[in-house]
Amino acid sequence: MGRYWRTLRRFWSTALAVQLEYQANVLIELLAVAMSLSGSLFLLSLFYGPDQTLGGWSWAQALMVQGLYTVFDGMASTWLRPNLGAIVTHVREGTLDFVLLKPIDSQFWLSLRTLSPAGLPEIGLGLGLLAWGSLQAGVVLTIPSLCIVLVMLLAGGLILYSLWFLIAATSIWFVKTWNATEVLRALLASGRYPLNAYPPALRVLFTFVLPVAFLTTIPAKVLLDSAGTPMLLAGLGLAVVFFAAARSFWLFALRFYTSASS
Amino acid sequence: MRIFGLNRRIIRVLLGSQYAHMLEYRAEIALWALSGVLPFIMLSIWSGSEARSGLGLDGVALDRYFLSAYLVRQFSVVWVVYAFEEDALLGRLSPYLLQPLHPLWRYVAAHLGEQLTRLPFAALIAAVFFAVQPATFWLPSPGGFLLAWLATWLAFAIAFLFQSLIATLCFWSEKASALERLQFIPFVFLSGLLAPLSAFPPVVRAWAQWTPFPYLIDFPARVLAGQSVDLMAGFGAQLAWIAVLLPLVLVLWRAGVRRYSAMGA
Repeated sequence: MGRYWRTLRRFWSTALAVQLEYQANVLIELLAVAMSLSGSLFLLSLFYGPDQTLGGWSWAQALMVQGLYTVFDGMASTWLRPNLGAIVTHVREGTLDFVLLKPIDSQFWLSLRTLSPAGLPEIGLGLGLLAWGSLQAGVVLTIPSLCIVLVMLLAGGLILYSLWFLIAATSIWFVKTWNATEVLRALLASGRYPLNAYPPALRVLFTFVLPVAFLTTIPAKVLLDSAGTPMLLAGLGLAVVFFAAARSFWLFALRFYTSASS
Repeated sequence: MRIFGLNRRIIRVLLGSQYAHMLEYRAEIALWALSGVLPFIMLSIWSGSEARSGLGLDGVALDRYFLSAYLVRQFSVVWVVYAFEEDALLGRLSPYLLQPLHPLWRYVAAHLGEQLTRLPFAALIAAVFFAVQPATFWLPSPGGFLLAWLATWLAFAIAFLFQSLIATLCFWSEKASALERLQFIPFVFLSGLLAPLSAFPPVVRAWAQWTPFPYLIDFPARVLAGQSVDLMAGFGAQLAWIAVLLPLVLVLWRAGVRRYSAMGA
Protein backbone atom coordinates (compact mmCIF):
# COMPACT_ATOMS: atom_id res chain seq x y z
CA MET A 1 0.00 0.00 0.00
CA GLY A 2 2.77 2.37 0.97
CA ARG A 3 4.56 1.55 -2.25
CA TYR A 4 1.50 2.51 -4.30
CA TRP A 5 1.19 5.76 -2.39
CA ARG A 6 4.84 6.65 -3.01
CA THR A 7 4.51 5.75 -6.70
CA LEU A 8 1.42 7.90 -7.03
CA ARG A 9 3.21 10.89 -5.54
CA ARG A 10 6.09 10.37 -7.95
CA PHE A 11 3.68 10.03 -10.91
CA TRP A 12 1.89 13.24 -10.18
CA SER A 13 4.91 15.34 -9.34
CA THR A 14 6.52 14.40 -12.66
CA ALA A 15 3.26 15.09 -14.48
CA LEU A 16 3.13 18.54 -12.89
CA ALA A 17 6.74 19.21 -13.79
CA VAL A 18 6.04 18.26 -17.40
CA GLN A 19 2.98 20.49 -17.57
CA LEU A 20 4.87 23.46 -16.19
CA GLU A 21 6.87 23.37 -19.41
CA TYR A 22 3.72 24.34 -21.29
CA GLN A 23 2.40 27.29 -19.37
CA ALA A 24 0.62 28.85 -22.33
CA ASN A 25 -1.64 25.79 -22.43
CA VAL A 26 -2.98 26.65 -19.00
CA LEU A 27 -4.03 30.10 -20.23
CA ILE A 28 -5.72 28.68 -23.30
CA GLU A 29 -7.46 26.10 -21.13
CA LEU A 30 -8.61 28.80 -18.73
CA LEU A 31 -10.03 30.85 -21.58
CA ALA A 32 -11.78 27.78 -23.02
CA VAL A 33 -13.32 26.92 -19.65
CA ALA A 34 -14.53 30.47 -19.09
CA MET A 35 -16.04 30.61 -22.56
CA SER A 36 -17.78 27.28 -22.38
CA LEU A 37 -19.13 27.93 -18.89
CA SER A 38 -20.60 31.27 -19.93
CA GLY A 39 -22.03 29.57 -23.00
CA SER A 40 -23.66 26.88 -20.86
CA LEU A 41 -25.10 29.47 -18.49
CA PHE A 42 -26.44 31.43 -21.45
CA LEU A 43 -28.03 28.28 -22.85
CA LEU A 44 -29.54 27.45 -19.47
CA SER A 45 -30.93 30.98 -19.16
CA LEU A 46 -32.87 30.45 -22.39
CA PHE A 47 -35.09 27.99 -20.53
CA TYR A 48 -35.93 30.50 -17.83
CA GLY A 49 -38.31 33.34 -18.53
CA PRO A 50 -40.18 35.12 -15.76
CA ASP A 51 -41.88 32.50 -13.51
CA GLN A 52 -40.55 29.63 -15.56
CA THR A 53 -38.98 26.45 -14.27
CA LEU A 54 -37.19 23.60 -15.97
CA GLY A 55 -38.78 20.32 -14.95
CA GLY A 56 -39.80 21.92 -11.66
CA TRP A 57 -36.30 23.15 -10.88
CA SER A 58 -35.72 26.82 -10.20
CA TRP A 59 -32.86 28.78 -11.75
CA ALA A 60 -30.74 28.53 -8.61
CA GLN A 61 -31.35 24.80 -8.33
CA ALA A 62 -30.46 24.27 -11.98
CA LEU A 63 -27.26 26.21 -11.34
CA MET A 64 -26.33 23.62 -8.73
CA VAL A 65 -26.76 20.86 -11.32
CA GLN A 66 -24.70 22.84 -13.81
CA GLY A 67 -22.02 23.36 -11.16
CA LEU A 68 -21.85 19.65 -10.40
CA TYR A 69 -21.60 18.88 -14.11
CA THR A 70 -18.73 21.35 -14.41
CA VAL A 71 -16.93 19.65 -11.53
CA PHE A 72 -17.19 16.27 -13.25
CA ASP A 73 -16.18 17.72 -16.58
CA GLY A 74 -13.12 19.21 -14.94
CA MET A 75 -12.42 15.85 -13.33
CA ALA A 76 -12.59 14.24 -16.76
CA SER A 77 -10.08 16.65 -18.27
CA THR A 78 -7.73 16.56 -15.26
CA TRP A 79 -7.71 12.86 -14.67
CA LEU A 80 -9.71 10.63 -17.00
CA ARG A 81 -8.92 11.92 -20.47
CA PRO A 82 -5.12 12.09 -20.11
CA ASN A 83 -4.93 8.64 -18.52
CA LEU A 84 -7.68 6.52 -20.03
CA GLY A 85 -7.32 8.20 -23.42
CA ALA A 86 -3.78 6.81 -23.58
CA ILE A 87 -4.92 3.18 -23.22
CA VAL A 88 -5.94 3.07 -26.87
CA THR A 89 -2.50 4.28 -27.93
CA HIS A 90 -0.81 1.74 -25.67
CA VAL A 91 -2.79 -1.09 -27.24
CA ARG A 92 -2.27 0.13 -30.79
CA GLU A 93 1.44 0.71 -30.50
CA GLY A 94 2.13 -2.30 -28.34
CA THR A 95 3.48 -0.28 -25.43
CA LEU A 96 0.93 -1.92 -23.17
CA ASP A 97 3.49 -4.72 -22.93
CA PHE A 98 5.77 -2.44 -20.94
CA VAL A 99 2.96 -1.53 -18.58
CA LEU A 100 2.05 -5.16 -17.99
CA LEU A 101 5.66 -6.07 -17.26
CA LYS A 102 5.99 -3.49 -14.51
CA PRO A 103 5.82 -4.88 -10.95
CA ILE A 104 2.73 -2.81 -10.23
CA ASP A 105 -0.95 -3.28 -10.92
CA SER A 106 -1.62 -2.41 -14.56
CA GLN A 107 -5.00 -0.81 -13.92
CA PHE A 108 -3.44 1.39 -11.25
CA TRP A 109 -0.68 2.45 -13.61
CA LEU A 110 -3.03 3.13 -16.54
CA SER A 111 -5.56 5.02 -14.44
CA LEU A 112 -3.33 7.27 -12.38
CA ARG A 113 -0.13 7.65 -14.38
CA THR A 114 -0.57 11.32 -15.17
CA LEU A 115 -2.55 14.39 -14.26
CA SER A 116 -3.38 17.45 -16.30
CA PRO A 117 -3.58 20.46 -13.99
CA ALA A 118 -5.15 22.52 -16.79
CA GLY A 119 -8.51 21.03 -15.80
CA LEU A 120 -8.27 22.10 -12.16
CA PRO A 121 -9.68 25.62 -12.68
CA GLU A 122 -12.79 24.01 -14.12
CA ILE A 123 -13.27 21.95 -10.95
CA GLY A 124 -12.84 25.12 -8.93
CA LEU A 125 -15.35 27.05 -11.03
CA GLY A 126 -17.81 24.16 -10.78
CA LEU A 127 -17.53 24.06 -7.00
CA GLY A 128 -17.99 27.83 -6.92
CA LEU A 129 -21.10 27.60 -9.07
CA LEU A 130 -22.44 24.82 -6.85
CA ALA A 131 -21.86 26.91 -3.73
CA TRP A 132 -23.44 30.00 -5.31
CA GLY A 133 -26.46 28.03 -6.53
CA SER A 134 -26.93 26.39 -3.13
CA LEU A 135 -26.80 29.77 -1.42
CA GLN A 136 -29.37 31.22 -3.83
CA ALA A 137 -31.60 28.17 -3.45
CA GLY A 138 -31.57 28.65 0.30
CA VAL A 139 -29.70 25.49 1.19
CA VAL A 140 -28.53 25.48 4.79
CA LEU A 141 -25.04 24.09 4.71
CA THR A 142 -24.15 21.94 7.68
CA ILE A 143 -21.14 19.77 8.30
CA PRO A 144 -23.12 16.53 7.73
CA SER A 145 -24.63 17.81 4.46
CA LEU A 146 -21.19 18.83 3.23
CA CYS A 147 -19.87 15.37 4.06
CA ILE A 148 -22.76 13.80 2.17
CA VAL A 149 -22.03 15.91 -0.89
CA LEU A 150 -18.38 14.98 -0.71
CA VAL A 151 -19.26 11.30 -0.59
CA MET A 152 -21.69 11.71 -3.49
CA LEU A 153 -18.98 13.47 -5.49
CA LEU A 154 -16.55 10.65 -4.82
CA ALA A 155 -19.17 8.04 -5.71
CA GLY A 156 -20.01 9.95 -8.89
CA GLY A 157 -16.34 10.20 -9.78
CA LEU A 158 -15.95 6.47 -9.30
CA ILE A 159 -18.97 5.75 -11.51
CA LEU A 160 -17.65 8.06 -14.22
CA TYR A 161 -14.20 6.51 -14.02
CA SER A 162 -15.54 2.97 -14.20
CA LEU A 163 -17.75 3.70 -17.22
CA TRP A 164 -14.89 5.37 -19.03
CA PHE A 165 -12.45 2.62 -18.14
CA LEU A 166 -14.89 -0.10 -19.27
CA ILE A 167 -15.12 1.50 -22.69
CA ALA A 168 -11.39 2.15 -22.91
CA ALA A 169 -10.72 -1.48 -21.99
CA THR A 170 -12.65 -2.70 -25.03
CA SER A 171 -9.75 -1.37 -27.11
CA ILE A 172 -8.02 -4.68 -26.32
CA TRP A 173 -10.39 -6.17 -28.92
CA PHE A 174 -11.33 -3.25 -31.14
CA VAL A 175 -8.11 -1.21 -30.90
CA LYS A 176 -9.65 2.08 -32.01
CA THR A 177 -12.27 2.87 -29.40
CA TRP A 178 -11.24 6.46 -29.03
CA ASN A 179 -14.51 7.56 -30.59
CA ALA A 180 -16.51 5.34 -28.28
CA THR A 181 -15.43 7.54 -25.38
CA GLU A 182 -16.62 10.50 -27.48
CA VAL A 183 -20.06 8.88 -27.60
CA LEU A 184 -19.93 8.48 -23.83
CA ARG A 185 -18.95 12.13 -23.44
CA ALA A 186 -21.81 13.22 -25.67
CA LEU A 187 -24.28 11.24 -23.59
CA LEU A 188 -22.80 12.50 -20.32
CA ALA A 189 -23.57 16.04 -21.48
CA SER A 190 -27.17 15.22 -20.58
CA GLY A 191 -26.07 15.65 -16.97
CA ARG A 192 -26.04 19.41 -17.47
CA TYR A 193 -29.77 19.57 -16.85
CA PRO A 194 -31.96 18.29 -14.02
CA LEU A 195 -33.26 14.79 -14.66
CA ASN A 196 -36.90 15.93 -14.41
CA ALA A 197 -36.46 18.05 -17.53
CA TYR A 198 -36.26 14.86 -19.62
CA PRO A 199 -39.14 12.72 -20.83
CA PRO A 200 -39.82 9.64 -18.62
CA ALA A 201 -38.14 7.10 -20.92
CA LEU A 202 -34.87 9.05 -20.90
CA ARG A 203 -35.10 9.48 -17.13
CA VAL A 204 -35.05 5.71 -16.76
CA LEU A 205 -32.11 5.47 -19.17
CA PHE A 206 -30.11 8.16 -17.36
CA THR A 207 -30.77 6.61 -13.94
CA PHE A 208 -30.31 2.89 -14.47
CA VAL A 209 -28.44 2.28 -17.71
CA LEU A 210 -26.14 5.26 -17.91
CA PRO A 211 -26.32 6.63 -14.38
CA VAL A 212 -25.78 10.29 -15.20
CA ALA A 213 -28.45 11.10 -12.62
CA PHE A 214 -26.14 9.96 -9.83
CA LEU A 215 -23.50 12.42 -10.97
CA THR A 216 -25.46 15.65 -10.96
CA THR A 217 -29.19 15.57 -10.26
CA ILE A 218 -29.19 13.28 -7.25
CA PRO A 219 -26.35 15.01 -5.37
CA ALA A 220 -28.14 18.34 -5.95
CA LYS A 221 -31.36 16.81 -4.65
CA VAL A 222 -29.60 15.45 -1.58
CA LEU A 223 -28.33 18.95 -0.84
CA LEU A 224 -31.76 20.48 -1.38
CA ASP A 225 -33.76 18.22 0.92
CA SER A 226 -31.43 16.54 3.31
CA ALA A 227 -33.57 13.37 3.37
CA GLY A 228 -31.00 11.73 1.19
CA THR A 229 -29.69 8.72 3.05
CA PRO A 230 -31.30 6.09 0.76
CA MET A 231 -30.04 7.95 -2.30
CA LEU A 232 -26.61 8.23 -0.78
CA LEU A 233 -26.54 4.50 -0.19
CA ALA A 234 -27.83 3.81 -3.70
CA GLY A 235 -25.10 6.04 -5.16
CA LEU A 236 -22.41 4.34 -3.12
CA GLY A 237 -23.72 0.88 -3.99
CA LEU A 238 -23.79 1.74 -7.67
CA ALA A 239 -20.25 3.09 -7.52
CA VAL A 240 -19.01 -0.13 -5.93
CA VAL A 241 -20.84 -2.25 -8.51
CA PHE A 242 -19.48 -0.23 -11.42
CA PHE A 243 -15.96 -0.28 -10.07
CA ALA A 244 -16.08 -4.04 -9.50
CA ALA A 245 -17.39 -4.46 -13.06
CA ALA A 246 -14.56 -2.33 -14.48
CA ARG A 247 -11.99 -4.24 -12.47
CA SER A 248 -13.17 -7.70 -13.44
CA PHE A 249 -13.67 -6.65 -17.05
CA TRP A 250 -10.06 -5.48 -17.19
CA LEU A 251 -8.77 -8.77 -15.80
CA PHE A 252 -10.99 -10.60 -18.30
CA ALA A 253 -9.82 -8.42 -21.21
CA LEU A 254 -6.17 -8.96 -20.39
CA ARG A 255 -6.59 -12.67 -21.07
CA PHE A 256 -7.28 -11.72 -24.69
CA TYR A 257 -4.40 -9.31 -25.06
CA THR A 258 -1.94 -10.61 -27.62
CA SER A 259 0.25 -7.53 -28.02
CA ALA A 260 0.56 -5.58 -31.25
CA SER A 261 1.03 -7.39 -34.57
CA SER A 262 0.31 -10.84 -33.20
CA MET B 1 -8.11 21.29 -69.24
CA ARG B 2 -7.51 22.01 -65.61
CA ILE B 3 -9.47 24.42 -63.48
CA PHE B 4 -7.75 25.25 -60.17
CA GLY B 5 -5.42 22.33 -60.87
CA LEU B 6 -8.32 19.93 -61.22
CA ASN B 7 -9.67 18.00 -64.15
CA ARG B 8 -12.26 15.27 -64.27
CA ARG B 9 -9.77 12.45 -63.98
CA ILE B 10 -8.02 13.95 -60.97
CA ILE B 11 -11.36 14.54 -59.26
CA ARG B 12 -12.41 10.96 -59.89
CA VAL B 13 -9.17 9.49 -58.60
CA LEU B 14 -9.02 11.75 -55.56
CA LEU B 15 -12.60 11.09 -54.53
CA GLY B 16 -12.38 7.39 -55.29
CA SER B 17 -9.22 6.84 -53.28
CA GLN B 18 -10.37 8.97 -50.36
CA TYR B 19 -13.74 7.22 -50.27
CA ALA B 20 -12.02 3.83 -50.23
CA HIS B 21 -9.75 5.08 -47.46
CA MET B 22 -12.67 6.33 -45.37
CA LEU B 23 -14.62 3.14 -45.93
CA GLU B 24 -11.84 1.32 -44.10
CA TYR B 25 -12.64 3.42 -41.05
CA ARG B 26 -16.40 3.03 -41.27
CA ALA B 27 -16.78 1.72 -37.71
CA GLU B 28 -15.00 4.80 -36.42
CA ILE B 29 -17.12 7.07 -38.59
CA ALA B 30 -20.28 5.36 -37.35
CA LEU B 31 -19.21 6.18 -33.80
CA TRP B 32 -18.59 9.78 -34.81
CA ALA B 33 -22.08 9.92 -36.27
CA LEU B 34 -23.41 8.54 -32.99
CA SER B 35 -21.42 11.00 -30.92
CA GLY B 36 -23.36 13.85 -32.53
CA VAL B 37 -26.49 13.03 -30.50
CA LEU B 38 -26.40 16.32 -28.63
CA PRO B 39 -29.18 17.92 -30.73
CA PHE B 40 -31.47 15.03 -29.74
CA ILE B 41 -30.69 15.48 -26.04
CA MET B 42 -31.47 19.17 -26.41
CA LEU B 43 -34.66 18.33 -28.31
CA SER B 44 -35.88 16.20 -25.42
CA ILE B 45 -35.29 19.10 -23.03
CA TRP B 46 -36.79 21.77 -25.26
CA SER B 47 -39.91 19.77 -26.08
CA GLY B 48 -40.92 19.45 -22.44
CA SER B 49 -39.83 22.88 -21.29
CA GLU B 50 -42.02 25.84 -20.46
CA ALA B 51 -39.82 28.07 -22.59
CA ARG B 52 -40.87 26.18 -25.69
CA SER B 53 -43.72 28.51 -26.58
CA GLY B 54 -41.27 31.31 -27.29
CA LEU B 55 -39.49 29.34 -30.02
CA GLY B 56 -42.06 29.74 -32.75
CA LEU B 57 -41.67 26.05 -33.53
CA ASP B 58 -44.96 24.35 -32.71
CA GLY B 59 -45.86 20.70 -32.82
CA VAL B 60 -43.58 18.60 -34.97
CA ALA B 61 -41.68 21.64 -36.24
CA LEU B 62 -39.35 21.46 -33.25
CA ASP B 63 -38.57 17.76 -33.78
CA ARG B 64 -37.94 18.40 -37.45
CA TYR B 65 -35.69 21.33 -36.67
CA PHE B 66 -33.43 19.33 -34.37
CA LEU B 67 -33.31 16.31 -36.67
CA SER B 68 -32.35 18.66 -39.50
CA ALA B 69 -29.74 20.30 -37.27
CA TYR B 70 -28.27 16.86 -36.59
CA LEU B 71 -28.18 15.99 -40.29
CA VAL B 72 -26.70 19.32 -41.34
CA ARG B 73 -24.02 18.94 -38.70
CA GLN B 74 -23.19 15.43 -39.95
CA PHE B 75 -22.54 16.75 -43.43
CA SER B 76 -20.65 19.85 -42.45
CA VAL B 77 -18.21 18.41 -39.92
CA VAL B 78 -14.72 19.66 -40.66
CA TRP B 79 -11.44 18.36 -39.26
CA VAL B 80 -8.94 19.77 -41.74
CA VAL B 81 -6.88 21.53 -39.07
CA TYR B 82 -6.09 18.25 -37.28
CA ALA B 83 -5.23 16.40 -40.49
CA PHE B 84 -3.13 19.30 -41.68
CA GLU B 85 -1.33 19.71 -38.38
CA GLU B 86 -0.38 16.04 -38.37
CA ASP B 87 0.78 16.14 -41.98
CA ALA B 88 2.87 19.24 -41.33
CA LEU B 89 4.41 17.79 -38.16
CA LEU B 90 5.28 14.45 -39.73
CA GLY B 91 6.65 16.05 -42.89
CA ARG B 92 4.02 14.48 -45.15
CA LEU B 93 3.17 17.93 -46.39
CA SER B 94 6.40 18.25 -48.35
CA PRO B 95 5.54 15.71 -51.09
CA TYR B 96 2.03 17.17 -51.32
CA LEU B 97 3.51 20.58 -51.98
CA LEU B 98 5.52 19.20 -54.88
CA GLN B 99 2.43 17.94 -56.67
CA PRO B 100 0.82 20.22 -59.25
CA LEU B 101 -2.35 20.27 -57.15
CA HIS B 102 -3.24 22.54 -54.26
CA PRO B 103 -2.91 20.36 -51.13
CA LEU B 104 -6.20 21.71 -49.80
CA TRP B 105 -8.00 19.82 -52.58
CA ARG B 106 -6.75 16.59 -51.06
CA TYR B 107 -8.40 17.50 -47.76
CA VAL B 108 -11.59 18.55 -49.52
CA ALA B 109 -11.70 15.13 -51.18
CA ALA B 110 -11.06 13.42 -47.82
CA HIS B 111 -13.98 15.29 -46.27
CA LEU B 112 -16.29 14.44 -49.16
CA GLY B 113 -15.26 10.79 -48.95
CA GLU B 114 -16.01 10.82 -45.26
CA GLN B 115 -19.41 12.42 -45.81
CA LEU B 116 -20.29 9.68 -48.26
CA THR B 117 -19.26 7.07 -45.69
CA ARG B 118 -21.36 8.83 -43.07
CA LEU B 119 -24.45 8.92 -45.25
CA PRO B 120 -25.82 5.43 -44.42
CA PHE B 121 -25.26 5.90 -40.68
CA ALA B 122 -26.92 9.31 -40.66
CA ALA B 123 -29.81 7.85 -42.66
CA LEU B 124 -30.09 5.01 -40.15
CA ILE B 125 -30.26 7.44 -37.22
CA ALA B 126 -32.91 9.47 -39.05
CA ALA B 127 -34.85 6.24 -39.67
CA VAL B 128 -34.69 5.35 -35.96
CA PHE B 129 -35.87 8.86 -35.13
CA PHE B 130 -38.87 8.48 -37.44
CA ALA B 131 -39.60 5.01 -36.06
CA VAL B 132 -39.72 6.39 -32.52
CA GLN B 133 -41.78 9.41 -33.52
CA PRO B 134 -43.70 8.55 -36.69
CA ALA B 135 -45.73 11.76 -36.49
CA THR B 136 -42.67 13.83 -37.31
CA PHE B 137 -42.02 12.13 -40.64
CA TRP B 138 -41.66 14.44 -43.60
CA LEU B 139 -40.05 14.45 -46.99
CA PRO B 140 -38.90 17.80 -48.33
CA SER B 141 -40.06 18.67 -51.84
CA PRO B 142 -37.39 18.10 -54.52
CA GLY B 143 -36.88 21.85 -54.79
CA GLY B 144 -36.68 22.25 -51.02
CA PHE B 145 -34.30 19.34 -50.76
CA LEU B 146 -32.06 20.83 -53.41
CA LEU B 147 -31.99 24.16 -51.59
CA ALA B 148 -31.22 22.44 -48.27
CA TRP B 149 -28.47 20.45 -49.93
CA LEU B 150 -27.00 23.61 -51.35
CA ALA B 151 -27.24 25.40 -47.99
CA THR B 152 -25.54 22.48 -46.22
CA TRP B 153 -22.84 22.46 -48.83
CA LEU B 154 -22.22 26.16 -48.45
CA ALA B 155 -22.15 25.67 -44.67
CA PHE B 156 -19.53 23.00 -45.18
CA ALA B 157 -17.58 25.36 -47.44
CA ILE B 158 -17.61 28.13 -44.81
CA ALA B 159 -16.56 25.75 -42.05
CA PHE B 160 -13.86 24.26 -44.24
CA LEU B 161 -12.45 27.65 -45.24
CA PHE B 162 -12.62 28.92 -41.68
CA GLN B 163 -10.72 25.92 -40.40
CA SER B 164 -8.25 26.06 -43.27
CA LEU B 165 -7.55 29.63 -42.22
CA ILE B 166 -6.70 28.35 -38.74
CA ALA B 167 -4.73 25.49 -40.29
CA THR B 168 -2.56 27.87 -42.32
CA LEU B 169 -1.62 29.52 -39.04
CA CYS B 170 0.15 26.22 -38.29
CA PHE B 171 2.89 27.57 -40.54
CA TRP B 172 3.60 30.20 -37.90
CA SER B 173 2.52 28.73 -34.59
CA GLU B 174 2.19 25.33 -32.96
CA LYS B 175 -0.87 26.43 -31.05
CA ALA B 176 -3.13 26.72 -34.08
CA SER B 177 -5.33 23.79 -33.10
CA ALA B 178 -5.94 25.44 -29.73
CA LEU B 179 -7.45 28.31 -31.71
CA GLU B 180 -9.74 25.79 -33.35
CA ARG B 181 -10.85 24.61 -29.92
CA LEU B 182 -11.59 28.17 -28.86
CA GLN B 183 -13.66 28.96 -31.94
CA PHE B 184 -15.57 25.70 -31.52
CA ILE B 185 -17.14 26.92 -28.27
CA PRO B 186 -19.03 29.90 -29.74
CA PHE B 187 -19.89 27.68 -32.70
CA VAL B 188 -21.65 25.17 -30.44
CA PHE B 189 -23.69 27.80 -28.66
CA LEU B 190 -24.43 30.25 -31.47
CA SER B 191 -24.90 27.95 -34.46
CA GLY B 192 -28.32 26.67 -33.49
CA LEU B 193 -27.11 23.17 -32.70
CA LEU B 194 -28.34 23.34 -29.10
CA ALA B 195 -31.10 25.90 -29.37
CA PRO B 196 -32.79 27.40 -32.41
CA LEU B 197 -31.76 30.99 -32.93
CA SER B 198 -35.34 32.10 -32.31
CA ALA B 199 -34.80 31.17 -28.64
CA PHE B 200 -32.14 33.84 -28.22
CA PRO B 201 -32.92 37.26 -26.79
CA PRO B 202 -33.23 39.76 -29.67
CA VAL B 203 -29.95 41.50 -28.83
CA VAL B 204 -27.95 38.28 -28.88
CA ARG B 205 -29.66 37.12 -32.03
CA ALA B 206 -28.95 40.36 -33.86
CA TRP B 207 -25.36 40.10 -32.75
CA ALA B 208 -25.05 36.43 -33.71
CA GLN B 209 -26.27 37.19 -37.23
CA TRP B 210 -22.98 38.99 -37.82
CA THR B 211 -20.95 35.87 -37.07
CA PRO B 212 -20.71 32.96 -39.52
CA PHE B 213 -22.12 30.50 -36.97
CA PRO B 214 -25.90 30.71 -37.62
CA TYR B 215 -25.29 30.00 -41.30
CA LEU B 216 -23.55 26.76 -40.43
CA ILE B 217 -26.49 25.00 -38.73
CA ASP B 218 -29.55 27.15 -38.08
CA PHE B 219 -30.11 28.39 -41.62
CA PRO B 220 -29.56 25.08 -43.50
CA ALA B 221 -31.53 23.19 -40.85
CA ARG B 222 -34.51 25.50 -41.24
CA VAL B 223 -34.39 25.11 -45.00
CA LEU B 224 -34.26 21.32 -44.65
CA ALA B 225 -37.08 21.30 -42.10
CA GLY B 226 -39.21 23.19 -44.60
CA GLN B 227 -39.75 26.34 -42.56
CA SER B 228 -40.26 29.69 -44.12
CA VAL B 229 -36.89 31.39 -44.09
CA ASP B 230 -35.48 34.37 -45.87
CA LEU B 231 -33.61 32.42 -48.54
CA MET B 232 -32.06 35.48 -50.13
CA ALA B 233 -30.61 36.74 -46.87
CA GLY B 234 -29.38 33.30 -45.82
CA PHE B 235 -27.70 32.36 -49.07
CA GLY B 236 -26.43 35.91 -49.42
CA ALA B 237 -24.74 35.74 -46.03
CA GLN B 238 -23.27 32.33 -46.78
CA LEU B 239 -21.81 33.52 -50.06
CA ALA B 240 -20.54 36.70 -48.44
CA TRP B 241 -18.64 34.68 -45.82
CA ILE B 242 -17.14 32.50 -48.52
CA ALA B 243 -16.14 35.60 -50.46
CA VAL B 244 -14.39 36.95 -47.36
CA LEU B 245 -12.70 33.71 -46.32
CA LEU B 246 -11.54 32.31 -49.64
CA PRO B 247 -9.06 35.07 -50.60
CA LEU B 248 -7.81 35.21 -47.01
CA VAL B 249 -7.06 31.48 -47.02
CA LEU B 250 -5.30 31.65 -50.37
CA VAL B 251 -3.17 34.65 -49.42
CA LEU B 252 -2.20 33.23 -46.04
CA TRP B 253 -1.50 29.84 -47.58
CA ARG B 254 0.88 31.36 -50.11
CA ALA B 255 2.68 33.35 -47.42
CA GLY B 256 2.81 30.28 -45.18
CA VAL B 257 4.25 27.97 -47.80
CA ARG B 258 7.00 30.50 -48.39
CA ARG B 259 7.86 30.28 -44.70
CA TYR B 260 7.54 26.51 -44.59
CA SER B 261 10.87 24.78 -44.33
CA ALA B 262 9.69 21.21 -43.67
CA MET B 263 10.76 19.08 -40.75
CA GLY B 264 13.77 19.84 -38.66
CA ALA B 265 14.74 23.10 -40.27
